[in-house]
Amino acid sequence: MTTDPAPTVTEAAALARTWADKRGIVGWLRTNNHKVIGLRFIVTALVFFAAAGVMGGLMRHQLAKPDSTLVGPDFYNMLFSTHGTTMMFLFAVPMMQGFAVYLVPLMVGTRNTAFPRMTACAYWLYLIGGLLLFGAFFTNTGPDAGWFAYVPLAGPQYGLGKRADVWNMLVTYTEAMGLMVAVDITTVILKMRAPGMSLRRMPLFVWASLVTSVMIIFAMPMVMLAANLVQLDRMVGTHFFNPAEGGDAVLWQHLFWFFGHPEVYFIFVPALGFISAIIPTFARRPMVGHDAVALSLIATGFLSFGLWVHHMFATNIPELGKSFFTAMSFMIAIPTAVQIFCWIATLWAGRIHLRTPLLFVLGFFFILMIGGLTGIMLGSVPLDLQVHDTYFVVAHLHYVLIGGAVFPLFAAIYYWFPKLTGRMLNERLGRWQFWLFFIGVNVTFFPMHQLGLAGMPRRVYTYGAETGWATLSLVSTVGQVINDLSMFIFVFNLARTLWKGERAPDNPWGAGTLEWSVASPPPAYNFAALPVVSSREPLWSPPPPSSPTHVTGLSTQIREGLVTTVIDALPDVRYAYPEPEIWPFVAALLISAWLVWSIWSVAGFAWGMIPPAIAFIFWYWPNKEETLKELAREKPP
Amino acid sequence: MMDGMHDVWLPAGPQAATLFQLWIAMLVVCVLVFVGVMAALAIALRRAPRATAATPPDLAVLTRGEPRLHRLIGGAVALSGVLLIGLLVASFLTDRAIAQLPLVDAVRIDLIAHQWWWEARYEPGDPARVFATANELHVPVGRPVLLTLRADDVIHSFWVPNLHGKKDLIPGRESTFAFRADRKGVYRGQCTEFCGYQHAHMGLFVIADEPGDYARWEAAQRLPARAPRSDEERRGFELTTGSTCGMCHTIVGTSAQGQRAPDLTHLAARSTLAAGTVPNTAVTLKAWVANPQAIKPGVNMPAHAFADGDLAAISAYLGSLQ
Repeated sequence: MTTDPAPTVTEAAALARTWADKRGIVGWLRTNNHKVIGLRFIVTALVFFAAAGVMGGLMRHQLAKPDSTLVGPDFYNMLFSTHGTTMMFLFAVPMMQGFAVYLVPLMVGTRNTAFPRMTACAYWLYLIGGLLLFGAFFTNTGPDAGWFAYVPLAGPQYGLGKRADVWNMLVTYTEAMGLMVAVDITTVILKMRAPGMSLRRMPLFVWASLVTSVMIIFAMPMVMLAANLVQLDRMVGTHFFNPAEGGDAVLWQHLFWFFGHPEVYFIFVPALGFISAIIPTFARRPMVGHDAVALSLIATGFLSFGLWVHHMFATNIPELGKSFFTAMSFMIAIPTAVQIFCWIATLWAGRIHLRTPLLFVLGFFFILMIGGLTGIMLGSVPLDLQVHDTYFVVAHLHYVLIGGAVFPLFAAIYYWFPKLTGRMLNERLGRWQFWLFFIGVNVTFFPMHQLGLAGMPRRVYTYGAETGWATLSLVSTVGQVINDLSMFIFVFNLARTLWKGERAPDNPWGAGTLEWSVASPPPAYNFAALPVVSSREPLWSPPPPSSPTHVTGLSTQIREGLVTTVIDALPDVRYAYPEPEIWPFVAALLISAWLVWSIWSVAGFAWGMIPPAIAFIFWYWPNKEETLKELAREKPP
Repeated sequence: MMDGMHDVWLPAGPQAATLFQLWIAMLVVCVLVFVGVMAALAIALRRAPRATAATPPDLAVLTRGEPRLHRLIGGAVALSGVLLIGLLVASFLTDRAIAQLPLVDAVRIDLIAHQWWWEARYEPGDPARVFATANELHVPVGRPVLLTLRADDVIHSFWVPNLHGKKDLIPGRESTFAFRADRKGVYRGQCTEFCGYQHAHMGLFVIADEPGDYARWEAAQRLPARAPRSDEERRGFELTTGSTCGMCHTIVGTSAQGQRAPDLTHLAARSTLAAGTVPNTAVTLKAWVANPQAIKPGVNMPAHAFADGDLAAISAYLGSLQ
C-alpha cells in the first residue's frame, strides 16, 4: 500500500493488454471477465422476463371473460407452470446474481471474481437450461404441475409424459448454476475486498449479496435433492412420495418449501441491497442506521429458513407446530420494518435528488408495503386457511415480487445503466415507464385480493359466469395491458439509449461507492491500481492525507489481484486470476447433454457423467505457459 | 345452474364468523400501518430540500450523530413489534376458537376427492344408514358436520368460504374437518389445490337445509333407485345397466355397482353435472352421456357411441332418478 503517485498510462496500457479477451467467437466463448458474464446474466434474464411476461399476458387474456376458449386447460396449465418456473428460476435469481457478479468486484475494489471460470460455466448452464425449458414448452413437453410441482400430481402415476422430468432436471441444473455463482460471490466478498474495507465499511449491497449467497448455499441443495428424489420415483420406481408404499406426499412439500421460502428472500434481499445503495446517493448523505440495516439483512437471512410451513397450513400437520411458523412469519416483518424506517429516515434527513432510480424506489415502498402486510395476514394460520391458494395469494405474491424485486430492479437498471454501458437512460421515458408500471401493477393485482376473498382459486383455466368473477378479472387484464405498454417504453428507452443516448460520466449521480471511481463502462481490469479504503463511502470521504490511497507492486503482466483477511481486509497474499479458457463452455455443453439424455433414459444418467468428467480434467490440467509466468514473478523473500 | 354463495365477506357459520372478525382486525391494523408509513414517506419527501448530483454529500452526520432520528426509528420498530404481538395473540385465539366447535350430534360424512369430482358417503359408520352422493352436500342448519377427508389420487383442497377455511385432502393422510352452517342457503366451494387438467371444474355445493327438509332429503337418498315407469325409461334402464355404465357407476337396487365414478342412484335430485360444470337438465344430460369430453375435456369418462334414440332413452331414465 502506498501514497505513491497514481499508476502511469503505460501501466494502464499493460493492464489492458493483460486483461484483454481474444477477438472473435472463440474469445467470446472463452471470456471469464466478471463484467461480461454479469451483463450476459442480466440480458438473458431480461429476455426470460419478457417471455414469462408474455405468458402472463396470455393467461390474463384467457381469464378476461368467463368460459373463454382462447387457450385450453392443457396449454393453460403449461402456461402458468412455465410462467412461474421462468420467473423464479430463470429470471429473478439469475438477474440478482448477474448484478452481484457485475457489481460486487467493482464495489469491493478488485479485478475479477474469485472463480471466474466457474461463473462462466454457470452462465452457460443457465442459458442452456433456460433454452431447454422453452424448447420443451414449444414442443408440448413443458412442465404442467405448477412451479412447485407437488407430488403425486408430478409423480410417476399422475405426471404423465416427460413434462415433470423436464421440470425436475431443469431445477437441478439451474440450482447447480445458482450454487456455483453463490460460492464465487461469497469468496470475493470475504477474501478479495480492498485493503481497509473491513466488514463494517462494506457497502450494504455487498452485505445483501453475501447474505443471499450464503442462503443459496444452504437452501439450494435441498431442492436439488428433492427434485432428484422425485426423479428416482419417476425413473427407477422408488417410493419416496408414494403413500401406498410407505412414502409421503407431504414430504415433498417440506423439502420444496424449505428451499422455496428462502428462495423468495434470494430475490428480495439483493433488492434490499439495491435500495440501500440508491437511497444514500439520492438523499446526498450516508445511510441512517447502516449497522442496523446490515444486521437486519443477516436476520432476514436466518429467519427466512424458519417460515416454510406457512405454505402448508392447510395440510394436516400438527397444529402446535403451525403456531410456531405463524410466530416466525410475523417476526420476519421486524428486520424489514427496521430497513424501511431507516430508508425513510435517510430521505427525511437528506437533501433529495429525485431521478428515475429514486422514483422506482418510492414505488417499491408503496407496493412492497401492501405485499408485506398481506404477507402478515397469510402468516396467520386461521386467516391463511381462508385465503390460501386463492387469487388473494396471487395478488400477495405479485405485490411482493414486483414490489420487492422488480421495482428495485428497474431502479437498479436506471441507476447502474450508465456504469454498465457508458450511456444515460432517458429520464422522461423513465418517468413514463415508472408511472405506467406503477398504475398497471396496481390495476392488475389489487382486484385479485377481492377475487380471492370471493372464492376464486388460483390456477383455474376458466370460470363460469355465475361465479361473478368476470368484472374484476377484466379490470385485472386491463392493468396487464398498461404493464405491457410500460415495458414497451422500457425496451424503446434501452434501444434508443444504446443507439444515441447521452454519454455518461464516471460518476453521474455523485455516488460514494467504489464502482463509480472507474470509467463508464469500466475497463477490463477495473482498477488501474487497486484502491485502499478508509471509510464506507470512499468517494465521499477519501483516505486522509499521508495514508495510503492505492496498492502497488502487483504485476501488470499477468492477471494479478490481492487476497485480504476476512474481518479487517488486511492484505494477505497476491493471487493470480485464472486465464480465459474454452473448457467452462465445453463442460457446460457436456453437462447439458447429460441433462437432456438423463431426462429420457436412466442409462443416460450414468453414462452421461463421463464426458463432463473428461472436460473437467482438461479444465484443471495445469497450463505450462501460466505456470512459467507465475514462476518468473516469484521473488526470493 | 345453481348459484351458490362463495364469499369470505358473508360468513354463514360460527367458524367463518370468527375468521371474519380476525380478517377485519388484521385489515384495520394493516391499513393503519400502511397509511402511517406512506404518510411518513410523504412528509420526508416534502420536508427534505432538493438537491442535484453535484450537491456535496452531508458527511457532518457521521461525526455529529443523529440520536433523535435513531430514537424515532427505535420507537417505530418497537411499535411494529407491539402490533405484531397483538396480531399474533389474536391469531392464536382465533385458531383456538375455530377448533372448539362442539361435535354433539354431528352429521358424519366421508368426503373423498377424485380427479375431478367429490364423493360423499353419509353416516359411514352404520351400514344400515350409509348412502352415497356426489358434488353436493346437504347439511342441516345448526347441526355440526364432521367430515373425514381422503383423496383418491392427487392432493385436493376443500373450501367453502362462507362456512370455514380450507383443508387439504392428501392421499395416504386421512384428516377430519368440522363446520356448522347457521343459515339456510346454498354455499359454493371449489377445489383449491391444483389437481391437474380439470382443476377449474371441480365445484362443490353445500346446501344448508332446515332440519325438516334435511330429514326428508336424507330419507329419500337412503332409498334405492326408482324403478323405470315408461317404456322409454325401461329401455334406458336396460341400456344403462346392460352396457358399460355400471362398470364405473353405482345405481343402488340395480346391477350397476361400479365404484370409480359418481353414484347415480339419485342423480336427478342434483342440480349440476360434472362437479358444477353444467346445470343438470335433460339437454345437458344427453350431451354429457354422448360426449363428456366436449363439456369437460380430459374428464375420466369416455364418450359413448350410442344411437340418438338410445341416448334419449338413457337420459330419460337417468333423469327420472329423483
